[in-house]
Amino acid sequence: MKDEIASLLPHELEVREGEAPVESKGLEKTRLLEELRKLFESQPLAVLATQGEGTPYVSLVAFASDVKLKYLLFSTTKATRKYANLLADPSVSLLIDNRKNILEDFRDAMAVTVLGEIEPVEDFELKIMENIYLMKHPHLVDFLHSPTNAFLKVNVEKYIVVSHFQHVVEIKV
Amino acid sequence: MAYSNEKGDSVTGKWLIPIEEIRQVREKIGDNTEKNKVELTENLCGGKASNLGFLKKEGLKEGINVPRGACIGTAAYNEYVDKTGLRGRILLELNRKPFEEMRWEELWDLSEKIKHMFARTPFPPGMEEELEEEISGYFGEIAVAVRSSAPGEDSAKTSFAGVHASYVNVREALNILRHLRLVWASLWSDSALLYRKEMGLDIFKSSMAVLIQEIVEGRVSGVAFGMNPEDELEALVEAVYGLNKGLVDGTVEPDRWVLDRKSGNIKKHYPAEREKAVFAGSGGAGTGNKSTEGTEGTEGTEGTEGTEGTEGTEGTEGTEGTEGTELRSLPESLKGKPPLAPAEVTEVFNLTRKVETLLVRRGGRGKPQDVEWTIRDNTLYTLQSRPITTLMREDRDEKRLWYLSLRRSFGNLKELRKTIEEKRIPVMQAEARDLEKEELSGLTETALAEEIERRAGIYRKWHDIYWDEFIPFAHGARLFGKVYNETVDPKDPYEFADLLSGTGMLSLERNRKLEEMAGKLRNAPELLQKAKNLSPDPGLEKELDIFISEYGGSYSESSTAREGLIRLLVEMASRTPLTSSSASPAKEKGPDQDSGRIQKLKDNFFSRFEGEKKQFAAELLDLGRASYRLRDDDNIYLGKIEAELRRFLLEGEKRLKKRGLKEVELPEIEKIPNLEPVIEDITEKMVKTLKDPKYLPEWKKGAEKPETPETSEEKLKPRQLLGNPSGPGAAEGRARVILQESDLYDIKAGEVLVCDAVDPNMTFIVPLCSAIVERRGGMLIHGAIIAREYGIPCVTGVPDATELIKNGDYLAVDGYLGIITVLERRDW
Repeated sequence: MKDEIASLLPHELEVREGEAPVESKGLEKTRLLEELRKLFESQPLAVLATQGEGTPYVSLVAFASDVKLKYLLFSTTKATRKYANLLADPSVSLLIDNRKNILEDFRDAMAVTVLGEIEPVEDFELKIMENIYLMKHPHLVDFLHSPTNAFLKVNVEKYIVVSHFQHVVEIKV
Repeated sequence: MAYSNEKGDSVTGKWLIPIEEIRQVREKIGDNTEKNKVELTENLCGGKASNLGFLKKEGLKEGINVPRGACIGTAAYNEYVDKTGLRGRILLELNRKPFEEMRWEELWDLSEKIKHMFARTPFPPGMEEELEEEISGYFGEIAVAVRSSAPGEDSAKTSFAGVHASYVNVREALNILRHLRLVWASLWSDSALLYRKEMGLDIFKSSMAVLIQEIVEGRVSGVAFGMNPEDELEALVEAVYGLNKGLVDGTVEPDRWVLDRKSGNIKKHYPAEREKAVFAGSGGAGTGNKSTEGTEGTEGTEGTEGTEGTEGTEGTEGTEGTEGTELRSLPESLKGKPPLAPAEVTEVFNLTRKVETLLVRRGGRGKPQDVEWTIRDNTLYTLQSRPITTLMREDRDEKRLWYLSLRRSFGNLKELRKTIEEKRIPVMQAEARDLEKEELSGLTETALAEEIERRAGIYRKWHDIYWDEFIPFAHGARLFGKVYNETVDPKDPYEFADLLSGTGMLSLERNRKLEEMAGKLRNAPELLQKAKNLSPDPGLEKELDIFISEYGGSYSESSTAREGLIRLLVEMASRTPLTSSSASPAKEKGPDQDSGRIQKLKDNFFSRFEGEKKQFAAELLDLGRASYRLRDDDNIYLGKIEAELRRFLLEGEKRLKKRGLKEVELPEIEKIPNLEPVIEDITEKMVKTLKDPKYLPEWKKGAEKPETPETSEEKLKPRQLLGNPSGPGAAEGRARVILQESDLYDIKAGEVLVCDAVDPNMTFIVPLCSAIVERRGGMLIHGAIIAREYGIPCVTGVPDATELIKNGDYLAVDGYLGIITVLERRDW
């Protein structure tokens, strides 16, 4: 089976196993972003990494993203560890992937590591962000609207896309 | 698009399928064996609609008349729950707690919540318009019945009769659509959930098709069994004047004919005492206004909407909507005359045969049928037909009957109330008082044994009455809630609960009194100091006496109560006066604002009813309140009777100890927290031992002893616990876990009350707390109602709450979502 991402990459673009990732540009970037959009739509959950007092902390969150992939959205109740961590340190990393936990994942799975920073959802954008989020997770409406819940936006700095086991590229948005 | 059922035209729309075309729709999809075709059809439209469709199409030449009808298939249900996110929301609700651990009250709450979601979630964009166009194109303005036709609903193996909802006498597409969603919601009714569970069906795979049927208002209606479920050589025909409803829900006794199944000869006629019949109401119904259709088993006349035409109903009372039916006296001329002439009985019986024969052609499903029929203008109509279930006898099985009996009709509940209030409670109280008077010391061991036996009998008697009458009567509060939700359609499905607790006024008054006493201490340091030393000023002593006798309830006689109250007053005096809880932004209120709000809710509710129906609304509220109030009282009275039995058992144990028996040879009654399951066993052994000193029973064998967990195993540390959100708001505080009564008085202002169940007598503590966490589940339990009154966050139905949470743990209580987070574990 052909690796989807590998086929998207121009031959000139150097992607070497185990080496520093190269930035994707131009048309390739557009096509790769399209791939990411599809992946994000297919995955309801992401792994969110926060840190508190120097200790990393990961958890699962139901996420959604805007069409340009500039932002990722998720929500959490305020009594959680991840929320306390975010208040102290807004920089986060997320992992979104389509692995099935089978051997073939080494060939077929795609994993995207997201680096970014938490920003509050401003009043002017709240409605549209909520719509984006609820379009993907309509069943979380009660959860999202609870006063004990925080609706959060990750301002994405870059995506690091891993496919074919060791193909790695980086995209800034 | 034009929809008509004129011959030849295909009128199947995107969602609406005329019943006679159900088969064709599937045939288009692909070639299948006949059996598969039947199965596919039923998956799309359910057995009821598919069967009727088949009869309508194939039965005409046999003289079988089926009223016009159409099916909204499971595809529409699936589209709706998927696009709106309801499927996920239902999943989240159902997963709050393992199904097995839910009390029936929690189950009712759950299904009411889900129903509320259906009622308040609009169709996805475009879908409503499509449905409206198709339905109004097909039915126009005629009155219809909207019935469930869930796949697997009526098979020979399962019978959902009376489990799903159906509504009769509905007009106009938009109104039909509202009822469509209510029928969909009934897929998740409490009895449907229980029944699926019992039958081992996957709850999440279930789906719902809906049959919309033109109403045929017959002169005579009835049910016919092609085979008597109790004797396979016989067949049965039952008939009543007017509509079928009266027969099906048991309000009208039918004439009954037993026939020989083979020859069709009438073997016997059992005439009924023909007094009344259900007729179509006379009001203007089904015109899209919000009415009380779907109130379970209300008897028609009371306040439900009235207009012409209800036809055959299904199943037991309880889920049948009664839009526009009335129970009226029969004219004298009809009282003496059977509703069917012998020739008509034969005609009805022949119908069951024709249907049975016809269905053989349909994939070999020639099972004896249970047919609902009506006769209008000398034409016999088939309203519904389903195979006679093998479960019919088991339907009368105790357990199923019991939970269906929880859904009592309005009339039935009124009767029940009368019995309970006028007979049961006074007798129960008197009996408890008599038991109290009895002295122990003078009794011989034989006399004691006899007395224990007598008391066990009395306890058992009341225990049974409690289950047979008191618990079903609790449904009164729910019936009110159901009607309230269907007429007012409030945002909060438990708004009605605020109207139930007329008792709330009493508790507010009690708390005001407490605050008054605390205020006196606050302003006088010397009085406070005296109270701190537990030797209060005589003035306060007197006030306490009055307070305890007035509000003490079952704690009145407790020795710790007085001391506890003093400690509580000291605690209250050391903080600023209580006004209202600051925890909840939603409700800033004192008693006055609260009664104003309740008055408003009440006025709003009554304003939905007109004329005589206002009377019905008032009676229903009154019934709901009585039902709610009794829930508290009956528990206390039964508790007293149990305590009296316990007192004598303890005396018995004391006597045995005197004989020199060691611990292992004794029942150790003090250590049995719940006597109920072992009462028979303990009583029998105690009586025998008292009477016969040589008899040495093995006490511990039959007794359920709580197992002490192995201390070596490390306990899991809770971080987040899930329950049901029962009072909106959020708060943080140290946990005060109530394991015994005296713990109650240790509570400090701002702590989170964690308990098994808030007893009505515990409520004076509530204003001190920042939140309530309760193991017992339900939205109508005392803790939940009192928390709502004070605007205190409350989570109920948290499994093992008092075991998992430790005194002093620092908690965050989320009363919106039902989450408790242990932010800090107590480290001592």
